[in-house]
Amino acid sequence: MLEIRFHGRGGQGAVTAAELLVGAALRDGLQGQAIPLFGAERRGAPVVAYARIGKDIKVRSGIREPDVVVVLDSALIRLVDVYAGLKKNGIVLINSSKSESNIKLPEGVKGYAVDASKIAVSHGLVLSGWPLVNTPILGALVKVTGVVSLNSLVEEIKARLPKGELNAKAAIEAYEEVSLIG
Amino acid sequence: MMVQTQKNIKVITGNYSVAEAARLARVKVVSAYPITPQTTIVEKLDEYIETGKMDAVMIRVESEHSALAAAYGAAAGGVRAFTATSSQGLLYMHEMVWWVANSRIPLVMAVGTRVLGPPWNIWDEHSDLLDQRDTGWLIAMAANNQEVLDMLIQMFRVTEDERVFLPGMVGLDAFILTHTSEPVDIPDQEIVDQFLPERKQPYIIEPGNPISMGNLPSTAVVHARLRYDMWKSMQNAKEVIRQTAREWEKLTGRFSGDLVECYRCENAKYFIVGMGAWTGDMKEAVDILRDNGYEVGLFRLRFVRPFPDEEVAKYLSNAKGVIVFDRAVSMGSGGPIFLDLGYRIRNVPVTDVIAGLGGEDVNFNMFSEVVKGLISEVEKEGEFKKLINFYIGGELQ
Repeated sequence: MLEIRFHGRGGQGAVTAAELLVGAALRDGLQGQAIPLFGAERRGAPVVAYARIGKDIKVRSGIREPDVVVVLDSALIRLVDVYAGLKKNGIVLINSSKSESNIKLPEGVKGYAVDASKIAVSHGLVLSGWPLVNTPILGALVKVTGVVSLNSLVEEIKARLPKGELNAKAAIEAYEEVSLIG
Repeated sequence: MMVQTQKNIKVITGNYSVAEAARLARVKVVSAYPITPQTTIVEKLDEYIETGKMDAVMIRVESEHSALAAAYGAAAGGVRAFTATSSQGLLYMHEMVWWVANSRIPLVMAVGTRVLGPPWNIWDEHSDLLDQRDTGWLIAMAANNQEVLDMLIQMFRVTEDERVFLPGMVGLDAFILTHTSEPVDIPDQEIVDQFLPERKQPYIIEPGNPISMGNLPSTAVVHARLRYDMWKSMQNAKEVIRQTAREWEKLTGRFSGDLVECYRCENAKYFIVGMGAWTGDMKEAVDILRDNGYEVGLFRLRFVRPFPDEEVAKYLSNAKGVIVFDRAVSMGSGGPIFLDLGYRIRNVPVTDVIAGLGGEDVNFNMFSEVVKGLISEVEKEGEFKKLINFYIGGELQ
């Protein structure tokens, strides 16, 4: 079982990202839960969503020690403890441009970065001035964790999202571009 | 008989699972008043109605009391009606909860179980649902989103059975189910149509055929007989629930228990008792304890009304010890499930752990540690130290 925590801002699509991942897992014959932050959501405010992917999942309690942390906005690193509870040898994936490659990681943690905002904008995935970063970040997540197959992710994105084709292209591009930090 | 052969699995929240069930049951009237975490149920039903996916009328009301009153009026008029609420909203409709039960009108409602304030709190607890337990409604509690859908569809059939003719509510834990998305297999309309016969009810209030209901009784005995008849119908409901669960299994292949689900109960000497979503973590705890040589099983209540007497006798009457986890407390007495269970197993050591209050998250590690500690008390002394324990902030108090 893999437990993932998404840090984003209200409106960035962290909850949708978790749901898309569960849908992709289903296509791979796995189970999953997409769990939103248990509170009141506001646009722009820091939000958290979780996903649990695996076989024969019984537990439903909160995820305290995630295997993977995904950060949809690198500015959040200064505002919230995105590494809280992250397993030793855990993985962190950050939406970040190359110019911010000075991100400090906790010891033992493997860090990856992808410029999901740039990829989203280049595919015209912008809503009310906000780049829709959740699909590219999922493409990168699939590359660095292998939690589901890229094919299932792409199929799920096409089936569920209005601009399915563009989102799928963005996911594939991020899958190819994601790189190790440091 | 037509059975479901194709799967139609969608990743949906518990609330959308409720809405799917109401749509498939061909509910004709929905009354709605918003309250977290229930609101997206009636929002989704409104969307179904507006887009023509559901042939029903939506009544927007000014309070939860009126929400149940409107649903009751429609149901008394002869159609399936539906509403959903939570927490303070359920307490606000409490008077109508009694009224519907004593009227013997079949009606189904969903409850997103949530803490009661103050302080204002939107998280999960079972206090709101269990506060309704003396009314005469059937009360069930789901453990996952698939069960939410299956249980609700079955509840329509059970409540409309002439051996029962009582209303029923299905609880789903705030956020842990209401807002968590997971795969749910949605049955075809034809399957549900086949499963749900035409609605039956003891009487219909309709224009041109005047009857009077709910007036002063001619004698106290008349009223007493009503409550006694309801008691007997509750007893009848147990067999109806068991049969209905098996009928659903024939059509869909799915069976997750009837009045109860007993998990790894074979050769168990000790039993955990609980209900709702956190029983998933209890199952994980049972697996951990079994791996460590503890002969433990989980006795999961699916229904608290009617209370599963026969299953309690079958599984728990020879136990070495029974540990109840209650997510609610009757102040000055004990946890509601413990209070129901205790006198039914008088010769068995039984203890209550009141936990998860205020929405506190209790996970599989915590369950297994608490259960280990309590089992060691019985192993040493032959009895639990306390009748009632509180578990707060990760510690027994």
